[in-house]
Amino acid sequence: MTKGRFGEFGGQYIPETLMPAVEELEKAFYNAKNSKKFLAEFHGLLKDYVGRPTPLTFASRLSKKLGCKIYLKREDLAHTGAHKINNAIGQAILAKHMGKKRIIAETGAGQHGTATAIAAAKLGLECDIYMGEVDIERQKPNVLRMKLAGARVIPVSSGSRTLKDAINECLRDWTASCETTHYLLGSVLGPHPYPEMVAFFQSVIGEEAEKQILVAEGRLPKAIIACVGGGSNAIGIFKKFVQEHKVELIGVEAGGMGLDSGKHAARFADKKLGRPGVLHGTFTHVLQDKFGQIYNTHSVSAGLDYSAVGPEHSMLRKLKRAKYTFATDKEALAAFKFLSETEGIIPALESSHAVAYALKYAKTCDSKDIVIINISGRGDKDLDIVVKEMGGSLE
Amino acid sequence: MSRFADRFKELEEKGEAAFIPFVVLGDPDFETSFEIIKTLIKNGADALELGFAFSDPIADGKTVQEADQRALAAGMDTDKALSLIKKIRAFNKEIPISLLVYYNLILQRGIEKFYSNAKSAGVDAVLAADCPVEEAQPLLKAAKKSEIDQVFIVAPTTTESRLKKILETANGYIYLVSTLGVTGERTSLQNRTIELIKRVKPHSKLPICVGFGISTPEHIKGIILAGADGAIVGSAIINLIKKNAGNTKAILKSVSSFCVELKKATRP
Repeated sequence: MTKGRFGEFGGQYIPETLMPAVEELEKAFYNAKNSKKFLAEFHGLLKDYVGRPTPLTFASRLSKKLGCKIYLKREDLAHTGAHKINNAIGQAILAKHMGKKRIIAETGAGQHGTATAIAAAKLGLECDIYMGEVDIERQKPNVLRMKLAGARVIPVSSGSRTLKDAINECLRDWTASCETTHYLLGSVLGPHPYPEMVAFFQSVIGEEAEKQILVAEGRLPKAIIACVGGGSNAIGIFKKFVQEHKVELIGVEAGGMGLDSGKHAARFADKKLGRPGVLHGTFTHVLQDKFGQIYNTHSVSAGLDYSAVGPEHSMLRKLKRAKYTFATDKEALAAFKFLSETEGIIPALESSHAVAYALKYAKTCDSKDIVIINISGRGDKDLDIVVKEMGGSLE
Repeated sequence: MSRFADRFKELEEKGEAAFIPFVVLGDPDFETSFEIIKTLIKNGADALELGFAFSDPIADGKTVQEADQRALAAGMDTDKALSLIKKIRAFNKEIPISLLVYYNLILQRGIEKFYSNAKSAGVDAVLAADCPVEEAQPLLKAAKKSEIDQVFIVAPTTTESRLKKILETANGYIYLVSTLGVTGERTSLQNRTIELIKRVKPHSKLPICVGFGISTPEHIKGIILAGADGAIVGSAIINLIKKNAGNTKAILKSVSSFCVELKKATRP
């Protein structure tokens, strides 16, 4: 097997021009991973700048309503309001160590773009963010935050004008600029070493959650539920528990307007359109037609609106170590409102997919069962969409 | 001998380099694309490089990406692309044909099936734009079985150790990428292109064809002087298709006179 494989999935399917850059990155990452100095800098910034550890909050009212013990891993409380900052900080430090002056990144919901822009500001790097025009329109507050942090936001007008095309543009930029620029990819996607590297930087979520639940309850949870776009928040919280076979790991994809509508991002759940294929450098489950043309996806949440899933998820699913399901736009919106009302925590629309499935899953639990939901980000950025989707008012 | 080997030998004897135009199969539609490709052949193309339209062409700039989108919008798919190649092969039996394909299109057809279908359609060589040598074993196996040359890219960033691996693996010709970046027209030839040709040439048993940004007769003369055996011109031709959209006559007229001019630059 070639490099960077998760079972049969993963690999490095990129043009020759980028191969030397990816080789250089792999070497730098493996050095950094084992460097005390690098790790001290990374964990130092996670603590003092990002505000880690993020709390594991016992959702008392929600637990009472659902009849089991629900804990929320509060990535919404990390600086910038989502888990994306963990990876952005890690890669930005790495870029600096590699002597790169500029970083580029794609963004869907704008959380990764914001995290990258802010990491760049903190570390004194030049920063360009590619963002689909559709996403710029629906995630305005994040666009403003990126600009405030000194990043240039470059609108992407090709193809679906969402995350997939923003990644295309990043890869094109990087092909021309790789000698001076680091591509700060935001999820467990792309060619090796990205899936492994992003998982490494995000695994702090699960490491904290394990310690926290042991302190709170003295035992591990029955299940961990996380939303899956590319899947970095999910891998981040799953990783620590993969060897704990009694802990169910559940990923929730975007069911959009329902599987039959064809308007969704359910790479696993839609058996007809979702098949293993190669997109953006990796072999994984991709929504595509029978010839291999990539399908445009739909989700109310920009961060889940992507045609492929991280290759490690494809492996975990094949090994039956993790289970994958989906929540529709409607279910996610209802969960968004429900969690806000019940706990005073406004989840991102992405994370609301995990909450939506947890509401169903809780029905299979008894009162002692512990469920952790990864609240990957906060929902302030989504208020406009939610109001619009609910017909102009929150009522 | 393969069609590519024959053609390069023939050109060498005449002291000429190869002029290899690139277009996307089915751009702007099946019939017009066939007419355009016939025009390329009639006006000096020594070989053809033909692209399979893909939804996410990460190695291509705006011009080729838009060509892909025009072709896909007009209903292009792998089946139709192969039947278009069959028509081209029926029109001309000698011209070497190389494909530029993204890996997923090969994979979804079934790697062996793709190569055997391509062979029966009349294809001589395949370049998978997003498949570096490391991942190419399955393609090489199928290519060998179907007697197709597997072409690889050498880029300005390619290190010495990678270059060695690529030269050991490649067949047909070396596709030398002239600049860092994606495909697209460029105004001037970079020193870096010349340096790269000079770096690769002494080590390569295969002819070297230079592409990405080669858009004028002057560029062609420049790369030949540095030692290149062929010039691949894509975006500059595709821009003529775009510019004259809806007017097939004007497309064919502009493409034919441009080709004549480009071919002339490959002669001593």
